[in-house]
Amino acid sequence: MKNFVSMTLNGRARDDAIPGNMLLIDFLREIVGYTGTKIGCDGGECGCCTVLIDGKPRHACLTLAAVCDGAEVETIESLETEGRLSAIQRGFHEKLGAQCGFCTPGMVMAAEGLLRENPDPNEDEIRKGMAANICRCTGYVKIIEAVQAAAQEIASKEDAA
Amino acid sequence: MELMPDFDLHRPTDVEEAVRLRAETEGALYVAGGTDMIVNVRRGIEQPAALIDLSSVKELQEIVEDDDGLHIGAAVTLEILAGDTRVQESFTAVAEAATAVAGPTHQSYGTVGGNLCLDTRCLFYNQSEWWRKSNDYCMKERGDICHVAPGGKRCFAAFSGDVAPAALVHKAEVDLVSATGRRRVSLADIYRNDGMNHLAIEPGELLAVLHLPKAESGQPSTYEKARVRGSIDFPLAGAAVWLNQSGDKIEELRIALTAVNPYPHLVKNLDKFSGVKLDDNVLNEIAEMVQSQAKPMRTTTVKPWYRRRVVGAIARRLTAKLSQAS
Repeated sequence: MKNFVSMTLNGRARDDAIPGNMLLIDFLREIVGYTGTKIGCDGGECGCCTVLIDGKPRHACLTLAAVCDGAEVETIESLETEGRLSAIQRGFHEKLGAQCGFCTPGMVMAAEGLLRENPDPNEDEIRKGMAANICRCTGYVKIIEAVQAAAQEIASKEDAA
Repeated sequence: MELMPDFDLHRPTDVEEAVRLRAETEGALYVAGGTDMIVNVRRGIEQPAALIDLSSVKELQEIVEDDDGLHIGAAVTLEILAGDTRVQESFTAVAEAATAVAGPTHQSYGTVGGNLCLDTRCLFYNQSEWWRKSNDYCMKERGDICHVAPGGKRCFAAFSGDVAPAALVHKAEVDLVSATGRRRVSLADIYRNDGMNHLAIEPGELLAVLHLPKAESGQPSTYEKARVRGSIDFPLAGAAVWLNQSGDKIEELRIALTAVNPYPHLVKNLDKFSGVKLDDNVLNEIAEMVQSQAKPMRTTTVKPWYRRRVVGAIARRLTAKLSQAS
Protein backbone atom coordinates (compact mmCIF):
# COMPACT_ATOMS: atom_id res chain seq x y z
CA MET A 1 0.00 0.00 0.00
CA LYS A 2 1.28 3.44 -0.91
CA ASN A 3 0.62 6.60 1.05
CA PHE A 4 0.24 9.95 -0.65
CA VAL A 5 2.56 12.40 0.99
CA SER A 6 2.92 16.15 0.58
CA MET A 7 5.97 17.51 2.33
CA THR A 8 8.19 20.52 2.10
CA LEU A 9 11.72 19.30 1.54
CA ASN A 10 14.44 21.92 1.90
CA GLY A 11 11.96 24.68 1.21
CA ARG A 12 10.36 23.12 -1.87
CA ALA A 13 6.92 21.52 -1.78
CA ARG A 14 6.65 18.06 -3.31
CA ASP A 15 4.09 15.28 -3.60
CA ASP A 16 5.02 11.60 -3.58
CA ALA A 17 3.38 8.21 -3.40
CA ILE A 18 5.50 6.43 -0.79
CA PRO A 19 5.24 2.80 0.41
CA GLY A 20 4.14 2.77 4.06
CA ASN A 21 7.24 0.85 5.12
CA MET A 22 9.79 3.22 3.53
CA LEU A 23 12.08 4.99 5.96
CA LEU A 24 12.77 8.69 5.53
CA ILE A 25 16.50 7.99 5.15
CA ASP A 26 15.83 5.66 2.18
CA PHE A 27 13.40 8.15 0.67
CA LEU A 28 15.99 10.94 0.93
CA ARG A 29 18.93 8.93 -0.35
CA GLU A 30 17.33 6.59 -2.88
CA ILE A 31 14.28 8.46 -4.22
CA VAL A 32 15.30 12.11 -3.92
CA GLY A 33 19.04 11.51 -4.28
CA TYR A 34 20.05 13.59 -1.27
CA THR A 35 22.95 11.48 -0.05
CA GLY A 36 24.29 14.07 2.41
CA THR A 37 22.34 12.43 5.23
CA LYS A 38 24.28 9.34 6.30
CA ILE A 39 23.24 5.92 7.55
CA GLY A 40 25.38 4.93 10.54
CA CYS A 41 24.04 2.49 13.10
CA ASP A 42 20.55 1.90 11.64
CA GLY A 43 19.10 2.00 15.14
CA GLY A 44 19.00 5.54 16.50
CA GLU A 45 22.19 5.19 18.49
CA CYS A 46 24.65 7.30 16.50
CA GLY A 47 22.72 10.33 15.20
CA CYS A 48 24.41 10.34 11.74
CA CYS A 49 20.99 10.41 10.06
CA THR A 50 19.76 13.48 11.96
CA VAL A 51 17.56 15.80 9.89
CA LEU A 52 15.17 18.54 10.99
CA ILE A 53 11.44 17.87 10.90
CA ASP A 54 9.38 20.96 11.63
CA GLY A 55 12.57 22.49 12.97
CA LYS A 56 13.41 19.71 15.42
CA PRO A 57 16.23 17.16 15.10
CA ARG A 58 14.96 13.70 14.30
CA HIS A 59 16.50 10.38 13.15
CA ALA A 60 15.73 9.79 9.47
CA CYS A 61 16.47 6.08 9.94
CA LEU A 62 13.74 5.71 12.59
CA THR A 63 11.15 7.85 10.86
CA LEU A 64 8.77 6.50 8.25
CA ALA A 65 8.74 8.79 5.21
CA ALA A 66 4.93 8.72 5.00
CA VAL A 67 4.71 10.13 8.53
CA CYS A 68 6.23 13.36 7.15
CA ASP A 69 3.00 14.20 5.33
CA GLY A 70 2.41 17.90 5.90
CA ALA A 71 5.78 18.35 7.56
CA GLU A 72 8.76 20.52 6.75
CA VAL A 73 11.87 18.38 6.31
CA GLU A 74 15.34 19.92 6.19
CA THR A 75 18.54 18.09 5.36
CA ILE A 76 22.20 19.09 5.26
CA GLU A 77 21.70 20.03 1.59
CA SER A 78 19.48 22.95 2.66
CA LEU A 79 22.13 24.85 4.57
CA GLU A 80 24.39 26.40 1.95
CA THR A 81 23.22 29.60 0.34
CA GLU A 82 24.44 30.45 -3.15
CA GLY A 83 27.40 28.15 -2.84
CA ARG A 84 28.49 29.49 0.53
CA LEU A 85 28.61 27.37 3.67
CA SER A 86 26.28 28.22 6.55
CA ALA A 87 27.75 29.60 9.77
CA ILE A 88 27.60 26.17 11.42
CA GLN A 89 29.19 24.43 8.44
CA ARG A 90 31.93 27.08 8.39
CA GLY A 91 32.41 26.59 12.14
CA PHE A 92 32.98 22.85 11.65
CA HIS A 93 35.34 23.56 8.75
CA GLU A 94 37.42 26.24 10.41
CA LYS A 95 37.55 24.80 13.92
CA LEU A 96 38.36 21.32 12.57
CA GLY A 97 35.08 19.92 13.92
CA ALA A 98 35.15 17.27 11.19
CA GLN A 99 37.81 14.62 10.64
CA CYS A 100 36.51 11.63 8.71
CA GLY A 101 33.31 13.58 8.18
CA PHE A 102 30.82 10.76 8.45
CA CYS A 103 29.03 12.06 11.54
CA THR A 104 29.26 15.66 10.37
CA PRO A 105 25.94 16.04 8.49
CA GLY A 106 24.11 14.73 11.56
CA MET A 107 26.21 16.85 13.91
CA VAL A 108 25.59 19.98 11.84
CA MET A 109 21.84 19.38 11.72
CA ALA A 110 21.72 18.70 15.48
CA ALA A 111 23.63 21.97 16.01
CA GLU A 112 21.24 23.75 13.64
CA GLY A 113 18.27 22.54 15.70
CA LEU A 114 20.03 23.50 18.93
CA LEU A 115 20.99 27.04 17.86
CA ARG A 116 17.52 27.79 16.50
CA GLU A 117 16.09 27.02 19.91
CA ASN A 118 18.94 28.43 21.97
CA PRO A 119 21.10 30.90 20.00
CA ASP A 120 23.57 31.43 22.86
CA PRO A 121 24.21 28.05 24.50
CA ASN A 122 26.93 27.55 27.10
CA GLU A 123 29.25 24.54 26.84
CA ASP A 124 27.03 22.38 29.00
CA GLU A 125 23.98 23.17 26.90
CA ILE A 126 25.92 22.32 23.73
CA ARG A 127 27.02 18.98 25.22
CA LYS A 128 23.45 18.19 26.23
CA GLY A 129 21.95 19.37 22.95
CA MET A 130 24.34 17.23 20.90
CA ALA A 131 24.30 14.21 23.23
CA ALA A 132 22.44 12.00 20.75
CA ASN A 133 25.25 12.30 18.17
CA ILE A 134 28.40 10.21 18.26
CA CYS A 135 31.77 11.16 16.77
CA ARG A 136 34.60 8.62 16.91
CA CYS A 137 37.32 10.95 15.61
CA THR A 138 37.36 14.36 17.22
CA GLY A 139 36.85 13.72 20.90
CA TYR A 140 34.08 16.35 20.77
CA VAL A 141 36.22 19.29 21.92
CA LYS A 142 36.58 20.62 18.37
CA ILE A 143 32.88 20.06 17.71
CA ILE A 144 31.94 22.16 20.72
CA GLU A 145 34.34 24.89 19.57
CA ALA A 146 32.74 24.73 16.13
CA VAL A 147 29.24 25.25 17.54
CA GLN A 148 30.49 28.08 19.77
CA ALA A 149 32.16 29.78 16.79
CA ALA A 150 28.97 29.42 14.75
CA ALA A 151 26.83 30.86 17.55
CA GLN A 152 29.19 33.85 17.80
CA GLU A 153 29.16 34.41 14.07
CA ILE A 154 25.36 34.28 13.89
CA ALA A 155 25.09 36.69 16.86
CA SER A 156 27.59 39.17 15.39
CA LYS A 157 25.75 39.16 12.05
CA GLU A 158 22.48 39.85 13.81
CA ASP A 159 24.09 42.71 15.75
CA ALA A 160 25.36 44.23 12.51
CA ALA A 161 21.99 43.95 10.79
CA MET B 1 21.78 -3.26 7.23
CA GLU B 2 18.40 -4.93 7.20
CA LEU B 3 15.61 -4.07 4.81
CA MET B 4 12.28 -2.98 6.16
CA PRO B 5 9.72 -5.78 6.05
CA ASP B 6 6.54 -5.13 4.15
CA PHE B 7 3.64 -3.58 6.04
CA ASP B 8 0.87 -1.04 5.53
CA LEU B 9 0.85 2.28 7.33
CA HIS B 10 -2.38 3.78 8.64
CA ARG B 11 -2.58 7.34 9.91
CA PRO B 12 -5.78 7.82 11.91
CA THR B 13 -6.66 11.29 13.18
CA ASP B 14 -8.68 10.35 16.27
CA VAL B 15 -8.58 7.64 18.94
CA GLU B 16 -11.84 6.06 17.80
CA GLU B 17 -10.48 5.53 14.30
CA ALA B 18 -7.17 4.23 15.68
CA VAL B 19 -8.73 1.51 17.83
CA ARG B 20 -11.19 0.59 15.05
CA LEU B 21 -8.32 0.17 12.55
CA ARG B 22 -6.43 -1.89 15.09
CA ALA B 23 -9.45 -4.15 15.68
CA GLU B 24 -10.08 -4.57 11.96
CA THR B 25 -6.47 -5.19 10.93
CA GLU B 26 -5.04 -8.59 11.73
CA GLY B 27 -1.48 -8.30 13.03
CA ALA B 28 -1.46 -4.52 13.36
CA LEU B 29 0.58 -2.66 15.97
CA TYR B 30 0.47 0.90 17.23
CA VAL B 31 3.47 3.16 16.69
CA ALA B 32 3.95 6.67 18.10
CA GLY B 33 7.48 8.12 18.01
CA GLY B 34 8.91 4.85 16.76
CA THR B 35 12.29 5.33 18.47
CA ASP B 36 12.15 1.72 19.69
CA MET B 37 9.37 0.18 17.56
CA ILE B 38 11.00 0.94 14.20
CA VAL B 39 14.29 -0.58 15.41
CA ASN B 40 12.44 -3.72 16.48
CA VAL B 41 10.53 -3.95 13.19
CA ARG B 42 13.76 -3.60 11.29
CA ARG B 43 15.42 -6.34 13.31
CA GLY B 44 12.47 -8.63 12.72
CA ILE B 45 11.56 -8.97 16.40
CA GLU B 46 8.27 -7.27 15.60
CA GLN B 47 6.60 -8.36 12.37
CA PRO B 48 3.47 -6.25 12.00
CA ALA B 49 1.13 -6.65 9.03
CA ALA B 50 0.35 -2.96 9.53
CA LEU B 51 1.45 -0.08 11.71
CA ILE B 52 -1.09 2.36 13.06
CA ASP B 53 0.76 5.64 13.44
CA LEU B 54 -0.60 7.80 16.26
CA SER B 55 1.30 10.98 15.43
CA SER B 56 -1.72 12.65 13.78
CA VAL B 57 -4.08 11.99 16.68
CA LYS B 58 -4.31 15.47 18.22
CA GLU B 59 -6.24 14.44 21.34
CA LEU B 60 -3.32 12.21 22.38
CA GLN B 61 -0.94 15.19 22.32
CA GLU B 62 -2.67 17.26 24.99
CA ILE B 63 -1.83 17.83 28.65
CA VAL B 64 -5.04 18.69 30.52
CA GLU B 65 -5.11 20.01 34.08
CA ASP B 66 -8.19 19.82 36.32
CA ASP B 67 -9.02 19.36 40.00
CA ASP B 68 -7.96 15.70 39.88
CA GLY B 69 -4.49 16.44 38.55
CA LEU B 70 -2.64 16.28 35.25
CA HIS B 71 -3.88 14.14 32.37
CA ILE B 72 -1.13 13.50 29.88
CA GLY B 73 -1.93 12.26 26.40
CA ALA B 74 0.05 9.17 25.40
CA ALA B 75 1.53 10.88 22.34
CA VAL B 76 2.91 13.84 24.30
CA THR B 77 6.64 13.80 23.61
CA LEU B 78 9.13 13.21 26.39
CA GLU B 79 10.64 16.62 25.69
CA ILE B 80 7.30 18.36 26.25
CA LEU B 81 6.63 16.28 29.37
CA ALA B 82 10.06 17.12 30.80
CA GLY B 83 9.65 20.81 30.01
CA ASP B 84 6.18 21.23 31.56
CA THR B 85 6.59 23.33 34.71
CA ARG B 86 3.56 21.69 36.37
CA VAL B 87 5.20 18.28 35.95
CA GLN B 88 8.60 19.62 37.08
CA GLU B 89 7.14 21.13 40.25
CA SER B 90 4.54 18.59 41.33
CA PHE B 91 5.78 15.34 39.80
CA THR B 92 9.53 15.97 39.69
CA ALA B 93 10.53 12.32 39.25
CA VAL B 94 8.39 12.09 36.10
CA ALA B 95 10.07 15.12 34.52
CA GLU B 96 13.52 13.80 35.50
CA ALA B 97 12.71 10.38 34.09
CA ALA B 98 11.62 11.90 30.77
CA THR B 99 14.97 13.75 30.50
CA ALA B 100 16.78 10.50 31.24
CA VAL B 101 15.33 8.60 28.25
CA ALA B 102 17.93 8.01 25.51
CA GLY B 103 19.26 11.30 24.07
CA PRO B 104 17.67 14.69 23.34
CA THR B 105 16.81 13.80 19.75
CA HIS B 106 14.86 10.73 20.91
CA GLN B 107 13.09 12.80 23.55
CA SER B 108 11.91 15.27 20.93
CA TYR B 109 9.74 12.64 19.24
CA GLY B 110 9.62 9.64 21.60
CA THR B 111 6.37 9.61 23.56
CA VAL B 112 5.02 9.00 27.06
CA GLY B 113 2.87 6.09 25.90
CA GLY B 114 5.75 4.53 24.01
CA ASN B 115 8.01 4.65 27.04
CA LEU B 116 5.32 3.18 29.32
CA CYS B 117 4.64 0.35 26.85
CA LEU B 118 8.31 -0.19 25.93
CA ASP B 119 9.07 -3.81 25.13
CA THR B 120 11.30 -5.66 27.59
CA ARG B 121 14.94 -5.88 26.59
CA CYS B 122 17.60 -8.57 26.62
CA LEU B 123 21.10 -9.05 25.25
CA PHE B 124 19.86 -12.13 23.36
CA TYR B 125 16.71 -10.47 22.00
CA ASN B 126 17.58 -6.93 20.88
CA GLN B 127 19.89 -8.13 18.13
CA SER B 128 19.79 -8.37 14.37
CA GLU B 129 18.05 -11.25 12.59
CA TRP B 130 21.31 -12.99 11.62
CA TRP B 131 22.67 -12.64 15.17
CA ARG B 132 19.59 -14.24 16.72
CA LYS B 133 19.38 -16.90 14.04
CA SER B 134 22.98 -17.96 14.54
CA ASN B 135 22.17 -18.28 18.25
CA ASP B 136 19.01 -20.39 17.61
CA TYR B 137 16.78 -17.46 18.56
CA CYS B 138 15.32 -17.40 22.09
CA MET B 139 12.00 -18.20 23.76
CA LYS B 140 10.85 -14.57 23.58
CA GLU B 141 11.02 -14.69 19.81
CA ARG B 142 10.78 -17.78 17.57
CA GLY B 143 13.05 -19.98 19.71
CA ASP B 144 12.60 -22.51 22.51
CA ILE B 145 15.25 -21.77 25.07
CA CYS B 146 16.34 -18.91 27.27
CA HIS B 147 20.04 -18.08 26.91
CA VAL B 148 19.96 -16.10 30.15
CA ALA B 149 18.69 -18.99 32.27
CA PRO B 150 19.06 -22.16 30.16
CA GLY B 151 16.77 -24.88 31.38
CA GLY B 152 14.33 -22.35 32.77
CA LYS B 153 10.84 -21.87 31.44
CA ARG B 154 10.64 -18.15 32.08
CA CYS B 155 11.80 -15.10 30.18
CA PHE B 156 13.79 -12.57 32.18
CA ALA B 157 14.03 -9.75 29.63
CA ALA B 158 14.14 -6.54 31.65
CA PHE B 159 11.61 -3.73 31.54
CA SER B 160 13.70 -0.69 30.62
CA GLY B 161 11.36 2.28 30.57
CA ASP B 162 12.24 5.33 32.66
CA VAL B 163 8.86 7.04 32.99
CA ALA B 164 6.99 4.08 34.54
CA PRO B 165 8.83 3.89 37.90
CA ALA B 166 8.56 7.67 38.31
CA ALA B 167 4.82 7.60 37.58
CA LEU B 168 4.35 4.57 39.87
CA VAL B 169 5.63 6.37 42.97
CA HIS B 170 3.01 9.05 42.23
CA LYS B 171 0.26 6.37 42.05
CA ALA B 172 -0.46 7.13 38.42
CA GLU B 173 -3.36 5.66 36.50
CA VAL B 174 -3.87 5.08 32.79
CA ASP B 175 -6.78 5.00 30.36
CA LEU B 176 -6.96 1.96 28.11
CA VAL B 177 -9.20 2.36 25.05
CA SER B 178 -10.43 -0.38 22.77
CA ALA B 179 -13.11 -0.68 20.11
CA THR B 180 -15.52 -1.77 22.84
CA GLY B 181 -14.87 0.91 25.43
CA ARG B 182 -12.54 2.73 27.78
CA ARG B 183 -11.30 1.64 31.21
CA ARG B 184 -9.17 3.37 33.80
CA VAL B 185 -6.70 1.25 35.74
CA SER B 186 -3.81 1.78 38.06
CA LEU B 187 -0.50 1.95 36.16
CA ALA B 188 0.90 -0.81 38.36
CA ASP B 189 -1.82 -3.14 37.08
CA ILE B 190 -0.75 -3.00 33.44
CA TYR B 191 2.51 -4.80 34.15
CA ARG B 192 3.23 -8.43 35.01
CA ASN B 193 6.31 -10.44 35.89
CA ASP B 194 6.83 -12.10 32.52
CA GLY B 195 9.50 -10.84 30.12
CA MET B 196 7.70 -12.42 27.17
CA ASN B 197 4.35 -10.85 27.91
CA HIS B 198 4.90 -8.06 30.39
CA LEU B 199 1.92 -5.86 29.47
CA ALA B 200 -1.45 -6.78 30.94
CA ILE B 201 -3.17 -4.83 28.17
CA GLU B 202 -5.65 -6.64 25.95
CA PRO B 203 -4.69 -6.98 22.28
CA GLY B 204 -5.91 -3.89 20.50
CA GLU B 205 -6.19 -1.75 23.61
CA LEU B 206 -4.52 1.62 23.32
CA LEU B 207 -2.92 3.33 26.30
CA ALA B 208 -4.40 6.78 25.72
CA VAL B 209 -3.84 8.89 28.84
CA LEU B 210 -1.50 8.93 31.83
CA HIS B 211 -3.21 10.40 34.89
CA LEU B 212 -0.98 11.99 37.54
CA PRO B 213 -3.26 12.51 40.56
CA LYS B 214 -3.09 15.84 42.34
CA ALA B 215 -3.48 14.11 45.70
CA GLU B 216 0.01 12.63 45.15
CA SER B 217 1.65 15.84 44.00
CA GLY B 218 2.55 17.53 47.30
CA GLN B 219 5.63 15.49 48.20
CA PRO B 220 9.08 15.62 46.63
CA SER B 221 10.15 12.86 44.26
CA THR B 222 13.20 12.15 42.15
CA TYR B 223 14.54 9.65 39.61
CA GLU B 224 18.01 8.47 38.63
CA LYS B 225 19.41 5.69 36.51
CA ALA B 226 22.76 4.02 35.84
CA ARG B 227 23.72 3.43 32.23
CA VAL B 228 26.74 2.52 30.14
CA ARG B 229 26.79 5.80 28.19
CA GLY B 230 25.72 8.83 30.20
CA SER B 231 24.59 10.71 27.11
CA ILE B 232 22.20 8.16 25.64
CA ASP B 233 21.27 4.69 26.85
CA PHE B 234 18.69 2.37 28.34
CA PRO B 235 18.98 1.98 32.11
CA LEU B 236 21.13 -0.77 33.63
CA ALA B 237 19.19 -0.03 36.80
CA GLY B 238 17.04 2.89 37.86
CA ALA B 239 15.03 4.02 40.85
CA ALA B 240 12.34 6.61 41.55
CA VAL B 241 11.81 7.72 45.15
CA TRP B 242 8.86 9.59 46.73
CA LEU B 243 9.10 10.72 50.34
CA ASN B 244 6.63 12.15 52.81
CA GLN B 245 8.34 13.26 56.01
CA SER B 246 7.13 14.86 59.19
CA GLY B 247 10.03 16.40 61.04
CA ASP B 248 12.90 13.93 60.70
CA LYS B 249 10.57 10.91 60.66
CA ILE B 250 9.37 9.04 57.61
CA GLU B 251 5.59 9.23 57.13
CA GLU B 252 5.58 7.30 53.91
CA LEU B 253 8.30 6.21 51.53
CA ARG B 254 7.74 4.86 48.02
CA ILE B 255 10.43 3.45 45.74
CA ALA B 256 9.98 1.99 42.26
CA LEU B 257 12.69 0.27 40.23
CA THR B 258 13.33 -0.21 36.55
CA ALA B 259 15.61 -2.45 34.46
CA VAL B 260 16.10 -4.98 37.26
CA ASN B 261 12.89 -7.00 36.74
CA PRO B 262 10.67 -7.81 33.73
CA TYR B 263 8.28 -5.10 34.99
CA PRO B 264 8.72 -1.78 36.83
CA HIS B 265 8.77 -2.90 40.44
CA LEU B 266 7.14 -0.94 43.24
CA VAL B 267 9.23 -1.91 46.27
CA LYS B 268 7.19 -3.79 48.89
CA ASN B 269 7.23 -3.61 52.68
CA LEU B 270 8.49 -0.03 52.86
CA ASP B 271 5.67 0.71 55.33
CA LYS B 272 7.94 -0.84 57.94
CA PHE B 273 9.87 2.45 57.87
CA SER B 274 6.81 4.61 58.62
CA GLY B 275 7.38 6.62 61.80
CA VAL B 276 11.10 5.77 61.76
CA LYS B 277 13.77 8.46 62.01
CA LEU B 278 15.81 8.54 58.82
CA ASP B 279 19.49 8.00 59.68
CA ASP B 280 22.41 6.16 58.09
CA ASN B 281 21.37 2.79 59.49
CA VAL B 282 17.85 3.16 58.17
CA LEU B 283 19.20 4.25 54.78
CA ASN B 284 21.31 1.10 54.71
CA GLU B 285 18.28 -1.00 55.56
CA ILE B 286 16.32 0.67 52.76
CA ALA B 287 19.14 -0.07 50.30
CA GLU B 288 19.19 -3.70 51.44
CA MET B 289 15.45 -4.05 51.02
CA VAL B 290 15.66 -2.56 47.51
CA GLN B 291 18.51 -4.90 46.58
CA SER B 292 16.66 -7.95 47.86
CA GLN B 293 13.67 -7.19 45.62
CA ALA B 294 15.71 -6.39 42.51
CA LYS B 295 16.21 -9.49 40.39
CA PRO B 296 18.50 -8.47 37.53
CA MET B 297 19.55 -11.31 35.29
CA ARG B 298 22.25 -11.64 32.64
CA THR B 299 20.24 -9.53 30.16
CA THR B 300 22.84 -6.78 29.65
CA THR B 301 26.59 -6.74 29.10
CA VAL B 302 26.93 -5.48 32.67
CA LYS B 303 26.89 -8.10 35.42
CA PRO B 304 23.71 -8.62 37.49
CA TRP B 305 25.53 -8.24 40.83
CA TYR B 306 26.61 -4.75 39.85
CA ARG B 307 23.11 -3.74 38.78
CA ARG B 308 21.66 -5.03 42.04
CA ARG B 309 24.21 -3.09 44.10
CA VAL B 310 23.83 0.05 42.05
CA VAL B 311 20.02 0.08 42.28
CA GLY B 312 20.29 -0.10 46.08
CA ALA B 313 22.87 2.68 46.07
CA ILE B 314 20.69 4.90 43.85
CA ALA B 315 17.62 4.35 46.05
CA ARG B 316 19.68 5.12 49.16
CA ARG B 317 21.21 8.26 47.69
CA LEU B 318 17.88 9.59 46.39
CA THR B 319 16.11 8.95 49.69
CA ALA B 320 18.85 10.85 51.54
CA LYS B 321 18.66 13.68 48.97
CA LEU B 322 14.88 14.05 49.36
CA SER B 323 15.09 13.91 53.13
CA GLN B 324 17.67 16.71 53.22
CA ALA B 325 15.74 18.81 50.74
CA SER B 326 12.47 18.79 52.66
